[in-house]
Amino acid sequence: MSFKIASSPHNRISRSTSEIMLLVVVACIPGIAVQALLFGYGVLIQLVLAISTAWLAEALIMRLRAKPALSRLKDHSALLTGVLLAISIPPYAPWWLIVIGTFFAIVIVKQLYGGLGNNLFNPAMAAYVMLLIAFPLQMTQWLPSVSLQAESLNVLDAVCAVFTQYSCSGFSISQLQSGIDGVSMATPLDTLRTDLAAGLTLTESMQQPVFYGIAGAGWLWVNLAYLAGGLMLIKLRVISWRIPVAVLGSLFLISTLSWLAAADSNPSPLFQLFSGATMLAAFFIATDPVSASTTDKGRILYGVLIGFMIFIIRKYGGYPDGVAFAVLLANMTVPLIDYYTRPRTYGHKARGADK
Amino acid sequence: MPSLFQQIQAGKLWDFHGGVHPPTRKAQTAHKPIGLLPLPDRLYIPLRQHIGVAGHLLVSAGQRVLKGQPLTSADNSMAVPVHAPTSGTITAIGEHTSAHPSALPETTITLIPDGLDEWRQQHPLNLSSSDNLTLLERIQESGIAGMGGAGFPAHLKAGLTQPVDYLIINAVECEPYISADDALIQEGAITIVKGIDILCKLLNPKAVLVGIEDDKPLASAALKAACSQRDHYYVRDVPTKYPSGGEKQLIQLLTNKEVPAGRRPIDIGIVMLNVGTAFAIAQAVLDDHPLLSRIVTVTGETLSQPQNVLALIGTPVSDLLTFCGYQQQKNYKVIMGGPMMGFSLPDLAVPIIKTTNCILAPSEHELPPPGKETDCIRCSACADACPASLLPQQLLWYSKAKDPAKLAEYNLFDCIECGACAYVCPSEIPLVQYYRVAKAEIREQQREAVKAEQAKARFEARNARLEREKQQRMARNQQLAEAREQAQQTGGNSNAVAAALARIKAKQAEQTAVPAEREQILAERAAKKQQAREYQAAKAADSQQSDSAPALATATHQAAASSAPPASEPATVAPTGAKNAAVAAAIARAKAKKAAQAQAEQQEKVVAAEQTKQPEAIEAAPQQAETDPRKAAIAAAIARAKAKKQADSEKS
Repeated sequence: MSFKIASSPHNRISRSTSEIMLLVVVACIPGIAVQALLFGYGVLIQLVLAISTAWLAEALIMRLRAKPALSRLKDHSALLTGVLLAISIPPYAPWWLIVIGTFFAIVIVKQLYGGLGNNLFNPAMAAYVMLLIAFPLQMTQWLPSVSLQAESLNVLDAVCAVFTQYSCSGFSISQLQSGIDGVSMATPLDTLRTDLAAGLTLTESMQQPVFYGIAGAGWLWVNLAYLAGGLMLIKLRVISWRIPVAVLGSLFLISTLSWLAAADSNPSPLFQLFSGATMLAAFFIATDPVSASTTDKGRILYGVLIGFMIFIIRKYGGYPDGVAFAVLLANMTVPLIDYYTRPRTYGHKARGADK
Repeated sequence: MPSLFQQIQAGKLWDFHGGVHPPTRKAQTAHKPIGLLPLPDRLYIPLRQHIGVAGHLLVSAGQRVLKGQPLTSADNSMAVPVHAPTSGTITAIGEHTSAHPSALPETTITLIPDGLDEWRQQHPLNLSSSDNLTLLERIQESGIAGMGGAGFPAHLKAGLTQPVDYLIINAVECEPYISADDALIQEGAITIVKGIDILCKLLNPKAVLVGIEDDKPLASAALKAACSQRDHYYVRDVPTKYPSGGEKQLIQLLTNKEVPAGRRPIDIGIVMLNVGTAFAIAQAVLDDHPLLSRIVTVTGETLSQPQNVLALIGTPVSDLLTFCGYQQQKNYKVIMGGPMMGFSLPDLAVPIIKTTNCILAPSEHELPPPGKETDCIRCSACADACPASLLPQQLLWYSKAKDPAKLAEYNLFDCIECGACAYVCPSEIPLVQYYRVAKAEIREQQREAVKAEQAKARFEARNARLEREKQQRMARNQQLAEAREQAQQTGGNSNAVAAALARIKAKQAEQTAVPAEREQILAERAAKKQQAREYQAAKAADSQQSDSAPALATATHQAAASSAPPASEPATVAPTGAKNAAVAAAIARAKAKKAAQAQAEQQEKVVAAEQTKQPEAIEAAPQQAETDPRKAAIAAAIARAKAKKQADSEKS
């Protein structure tokens, strides 16, 4: 008679890594839905492309590493990377862009560093930055929100646009980018940056239709949807509140200060919080456990760093949004942050207290 | 700002970092009456059931023992005895699977009960008329070791002499499933409080804090009722959270203090004992009922009647499971202890020991086997759960890297192995197991390092000795060579004959010298004894009369010296210390002896005369002794006394 021998503890909480990843994907759904509704169905096609590429790339590498591919795919980390990249790029970017980007994210950024848990950088953001630098044109061809689009696109148009860069009725992407008034439009953040650089005041710039609403047409709703998903993640204890609060808090603080100091050349704090990828970054990207800080104090510091970098890159940088760069720069500081923010162990003096 | 004591009095509680909330599953056993197990067919009583060393075996196979009779004796402070839980016959003393995670066999007494349950004589103590030493002795003799799990000898905690601010009684059973203390409190709160009274008499604390979780309302009410007459006993309901019953965690919860790393609670004025230990102490002192049985929670989905049972120490686990209606499931695991820190048993013949609080026989559905370990995603759920504020994911990294320096930097040895980190890990990494292995490896390395150090020291000492011997050998060889050369220079056969004669003479001298040497040794021994006696007398006198005693002693010495006739050949060597004095005395003796021309039988009388300083020795001294040697002996004694005096004066 032999009994099973096991090491304590004998019971475990039921939530697994794959469940955590899946919950994050689920929490993205409101944001994706709003994006699809307000900016066209392109994002859905990008999602399909990204997820398939991610799975394929992951399976391929697992094959090369002689590990069981299926069980690794089940942890849903590749799925999440694909989703995050797909919702970050312009919805009508050419198909090869997302394929290259996802492949880069999975193979180079994640697997070449040792696979899940070992990557230094957030795979989706590293891929985003790579695409932005290598393909700046394609990466900035954001279409205005559906309400401002001259030509409305149906699902079939979206498929055509992604694969051929022409809608089924023959309009090119740059034609589609033009608004009702015939002027080609960039994202609100991009427009604002260009205008401010050209010497316009904030109020003058904000006259344009792309700034309809608080944070630009459509963008407020997208950010609110991601905020809702993020709050759900906090509620379900999938992510800790520290990073999102630190990111948003520091961004709010510095943009309020700059806005109060020079309201003409700085957008309002609400514009900063609800435009671009702010909410997506705060709740879904900065909170990636693998590349974020792991200590309580470190998470605050990491979040604050991201918030400040987003502001600085948006204001002084040459790119439409600062999220991806901010996250990558913060990723680099994580080992240092973690080392210097170790918690005081029970029964030990605070570090340096006895020196 | 109220003081800490005022805050504690006001009922303030604090919190500790981390902790988890596994399902408690205590309802199926907590409110049932305690089951009485029938007498088992045989009992397996391991000699060592606590942290410390086993007592000295007092019984042998075949012997009949009575209930409560000690089977081992506690011959040092780290030992507590084990007792016969019932009357019966010892059939064997040998190896048996131990109640330890390793399951290594250990020395165990097998007892077959005779069914009479016949007690030995019992001698209850009266608390008010017993002194602390008697109480502590009783606690040790009754074999009481911490019943919460660690099994630290209770008399060592109860016998602490440092000042105690708070005596904490741990009634926090934070492990899921276990309700043994709950049941004990519900039925024996009065006895527990009596036990606390005994501990208070021994430790004299400022206040007694009883910690109990808020999911045991009945037990808490029973304790509060029992403590109502004592004004410095405070029962505190702490929130249910694992591991609030850990010693360090409960201290933090109740007093907001932390035990500094590497120290013990007494260093911050706290002593903690388990509620079951307090109960056992009361039974031992007031009823002379040593630790023979304990309450064990027998639970899990494979049992038809999960319940708490009162089991004799040594009862095999199989008896408990059978009693509770065990339906075995494909040999799925049986756990001794709770699901968080318990260990799985290799077979069911393992006995209940003093620290066993639970036998858990879960179904596979209830506590599923661990899933496949996957990669750490650095989610830090483990760090959030760690009650010691460690960084488990970093420790895992360095455990895998086998980096003892980094492990020490991240305080691996502050890990209490509570299992909270592994419980929350989404990647199902058996973190605690990694830490156990790392700790064992580091301990092994330290042992190796010590061994290597010792080996090095031995090697160096050996080299030095060999070198020394070589030098000595060379020196001797040189001397011999020189001697030979001289001999050759003087040359001739007659020389050889003379040398041979000299050798023979030397041999004869040696033979005659042997008894003389013996005499000398005896004499020196006696002199040393005398010195010790005088030293002791002086010391005793010193402590009695600090001033007059030395003066008195000197006076006697002087009197003795002046009244005695001068020695025929007084000691001329100026002694520089006690040793020199002895040498001088020996020389004087030898001279006296020479003067008396002592012979073999006379020499013994000299020795006898040596003892004449003792008054009784004078009586016993042989009367037929001749005057000459006796005189000589007296002279020798005088010389010694003088030498001693000189030595004394030099010292002072």
